[in-house]
Amino acid sequence: MFDFAIIIESLPEFARGTLLSLELMALSLLAGFVVALPLAVARSSSILWLSRSVGMYTYLFRGTPMLIQLLLIYYGLSQFQWMQDGWESGNPVLLLFREPFFCAWLAFALNTTAYTTEIFAGVFKNTPVGEIEAGRAMGMTHFTLLRRIVIPAGLGRAIPTYSNEVILMLQGSAIASAVTLVDLTGAARYVYSRHFAPFEAFITAGIIYMLLTFCLVGIFRMAENHWLGHLRPRTSPDKQR
Amino acid sequence: MRKLIAAGALLAMVMTGAQAKEWTSIRLASEGAYPPFNGLAADGSLNGFDIDIGNAICAEMKAKCVWVKQDWDGMIPALLARKFDAIVASMSITDERKAKVDFTDKYYASPLALFAKAGATIKPDAAALKGKKVGVQRGVVADNFATKYWEKQGVKIVRYAKQDEAYSDLKSGRLDAVFADYLEAQGGFIDTPAGKGYAMAGERMFGKTAEEKAVIGEGIGIAIRKQDADLKAQMNKALAALRSSGKYDVIRKKYFPTLDIYGE
Repeated sequence: MFDFAIIIESLPEFARGTLLSLELMALSLLAGFVVALPLAVARSSSILWLSRSVGMYTYLFRGTPMLIQLLLIYYGLSQFQWMQDGWESGNPVLLLFREPFFCAWLAFALNTTAYTTEIFAGVFKNTPVGEIEAGRAMGMTHFTLLRRIVIPAGLGRAIPTYSNEVILMLQGSAIASAVTLVDLTGAARYVYSRHFAPFEAFITAGIIYMLLTFCLVGIFRMAENHWLGHLRPRTSPDKQR
Repeated sequence: MRKLIAAGALLAMVMTGAQAKEWTSIRLASEGAYPPFNGLAADGSLNGFDIDIGNAICAEMKAKCVWVKQDWDGMIPALLARKFDAIVASMSITDERKAKVDFTDKYYASPLALFAKAGATIKPDAAALKGKKVGVQRGVVADNFATKYWEKQGVKIVRYAKQDEAYSDLKSGRLDAVFADYLEAQGGFIDTPAGKGYAMAGERMFGKTAEEKAVIGEGIGIAIRKQDADLKAQMNKALAALRSSGKYDVIRKKYFPTLDIYGE
């Protein structure tokens, strides 16, 4: 008793939801990437207080569920009088916190920044010593070394781990519906409450999430072939004979 | 083989048992997030008008009541999946729901109403609310009404999983108004300390046309599975007995001392 009519009727809702999910994910990943780069350099640095303070941040956001972070930002902050006064008087910065989209974006971005920082810091720390020595021998300054060797080579090696973070972000964005956003999961809940058809609603959303994940995996495989091709195990011409 | 026969006999017993059920024990479901109709006590158990009515019906039927807490979103699917036998959770009797489940006679009636900051000039019609943000609980009658008559006219409908979240956003200023069941909002928000400074905006809405009345519904009933016609008959009988014996009014006065919530 699977009702296809419900799914077909609700396709516009699912399409809008998918778009919002992708938008949220892309914007938070973008912010996460940009902010995580300098933070990862700081985290992998040998200056202890710098590394430790970034470590505190990543510990805080990796140690708590993203849903809690989102609820704190959306419902938690709006409880305070200064926030409500800010909305009343039209404070442009505080007004952002009134929008569920901004709150979700902020929570997701802070969260993914924390994870991405640790991923990048890990690969930066594991830069082969020889490469750094070679750079030093060429007379590179610390900054040039980072710019020419540590960061580009590290980002390449980070692709497989980072692709996991991107996929987890897509799945994690499902909690956006907790703050009234009609993302893909929100659309499924809406269809569910309209037609009392949980199986149809959630299987459709599930399939769309799966297709999106499949595309992401494909994109990262292409990226790996492009930037990590030299690390692939090769068969020697001798053996091919 | 013997095991198979035993299993077959057991299955036959279970099946015939379900057909001629005596209803000595009934599992009732409520949400626990809709005070004063159904809320949660400090120990996490359900309480409120719905719960008292459910218990009184069980007492009248001489049956044992077991309460199950269930979120609103999954209420009807869980009933159909036999996780419990009846929903006593202030559910409006609507045509949409009647396609899936059966209802007893109403046990109270409630209009819809719009709530906003005291002194706000808005009222519940599409023209006055154009461009405004109105919060509703997803999938309740207020949502159905607002979706059908307001959303296409440019009113921004914001849907919440729970009613309390809508009040929270009204208080913080994210919403211009909350559109909800009149009695629920009056008792669960306006008359509580949290609702200070907020009031009903405009008039209560019973539905002007026949079509609007159909959306708002014939009242609040107990939902049961369609195949449980015997349960429906017994509950209706118990409900009528509560009404005529005055027990209904005793329960009603506990929550609404001055308001007749049964209607005509």
